[in-house]
Amino acid sequence: MRDVAIIGVGHTKFGRAAKSSLELFSEAALQAMDDAGVTGKEIEALFQGAALPGFEEAQVMPAAFSAAELNLGPIPATRYEGACASASVAIRDAVMWVASGDFDMVLAGGVEKALSMGTAFATRTFAMSCHSPTEGPVGLTFPGVFAMAARRYAVEYGIPLDELREKMAYVSMKNHKHGALNPLAQFYKKMGELKVEDVLNARMVADPLTLLDCCPFSDGAAALVLCAAEDARRYSDAPVYVLGTGQASGSALSKMEDITKPVSRVQSARMAFKHARLEPKDINLLEIHDCFTIAELIALECMGFFDWGEAANATANGETDIGGKIPTNMSGGLIGKGHPIGATGASQVYWIVKQMRGEAAKGNQVDPVPEYGMTDTLGGDFGTLCHLILGRDRR
Amino acid sequence: MVGVGKTQEEIEKELAKQYIPLSYAEYEEALSNGKLMGLKCLSCNKITCHPMPVCQWCSGRDMERVELSGEGELLTFTVIRVAPEGFEAPYIPCLVKTKEGPNVIGRLELEPEQASQALIGKRVKMSGTYTYKGDKFSGGAHVCPVFKIVEP
Repeated sequence: MRDVAIIGVGHTKFGRAAKSSLELFSEAALQAMDDAGVTGKEIEALFQGAALPGFEEAQVMPAAFSAAELNLGPIPATRYEGACASASVAIRDAVMWVASGDFDMVLAGGVEKALSMGTAFATRTFAMSCHSPTEGPVGLTFPGVFAMAARRYAVEYGIPLDELREKMAYVSMKNHKHGALNPLAQFYKKMGELKVEDVLNARMVADPLTLLDCCPFSDGAAALVLCAAEDARRYSDAPVYVLGTGQASGSALSKMEDITKPVSRVQSARMAFKHARLEPKDINLLEIHDCFTIAELIALECMGFFDWGEAANATANGETDIGGKIPTNMSGGLIGKGHPIGATGASQVYWIVKQMRGEAAKGNQVDPVPEYGMTDTLGGDFGTLCHLILGRDRR
Repeated sequence: MVGVGKTQEEIEKELAKQYIPLSYAEYEEALSNGKLMGLKCLSCNKITCHPMPVCQWCSGRDMERVELSGEGELLTFTVIRVAPEGFEAPYIPCLVKTKEGPNVIGRLELEPEQASQALIGKRVKMSGTYTYKGDKFSGGAHVCPVFKIVEP
């Protein structure tokens, strides 16, 4: 297997888009191709994450039409669906195909137009990635799942729920602070100075999670150009190498041993670390799936950055902010930047690449630039997990 | 007839083999009749519920149908305040660890104002069912168990 590099990245503004999904993806893809200095003629395959296009624009098979829209020719173009992890599993497979030697240069990424669905219908369609037979009739929602996890987390670690809610609020405050500094974020220049009380007193969505514990519905797209590592320097002065990938699957919520320690997340992260021959202590920067404040804490623990039950205190103490032990979601994360679900994994990679080039927004850019970065993307209620470890050197 | 190929009878016989020891439709029908049904594994003796084609603990294929007591412990819950299309908030999804072993997801029969963290760990018992009328995506109506707190 060959090493694989990212040589170009693109990212639309997240939020409410007047453009169609095809246009959003084209915009991100053309940015990525321009960034890499390649033309459509060089792209041999397209790997596109898109979770709910059938409900958003009555469009299935969007990848083929995206390839057509970009005049990429009759290349293989495949839609990947892993709910909110759709783009990450698309990127992971793109990496595998280039690593195998079947393709030398491919386009990968994702797109979603979820905000346009409106809250009630978006909540309905998002809930479709819960286990439909058992969680469907209950009327479980994603905020509901993580609200249940938060209550369980409080019990497991003996933290009074009110105290946990205050600590969870720091995730929202941090991610909104960085989202407010990110011109591509849905909440750019908004809510950059939240206080604990603002989060606690916002409208209750699923008790104990308020609106400010939750990421928004969003429209947007992000894309990457990947090629064989040995060719990367021909296109880019600062290629970023994919050093490790992991993916794992979960089950219905009721079959999980412990919803505060999802096995799928632990396994996927371990797979990526093993593949990269790295450990959590080697990683300088994280972009992780903070769909809800509690989700960021669970992710940090599952990935091994903090011991079980320690991430809440660590976050409240600033250990996951810039200058802390492990800066996390300096793009604003899903909470501050927005969460067009099919695009999120590609957006996470985009921001790690930008950070490694020293091109993130001031206030969000870590200094010195990170050597190693890692993404964590979650689909459904722990149903699909994917991790990518990136580095500035090929090793 | 000679040569390669199987007879229609042979193929039909293969088709007749059963792989689903307790279907969802049967599970839901039992729920509607007030019964929480599961499957007892003849290899590891543990109970699978909701039903699966294989034992949820050991992947065993030999399982027999059993009725669960409907009793258990409240593991966690939430009060949904923003509902998806087709549902009306507030309502209380919950996760219950049954006396027989497996966890079951359902709803908690309780006034939302009374839903406090102190309820976690309390004993619950299945008290009925909730029927979701379904929408154009759900493949018809579906049923889930409803639990109530039985420990003060």
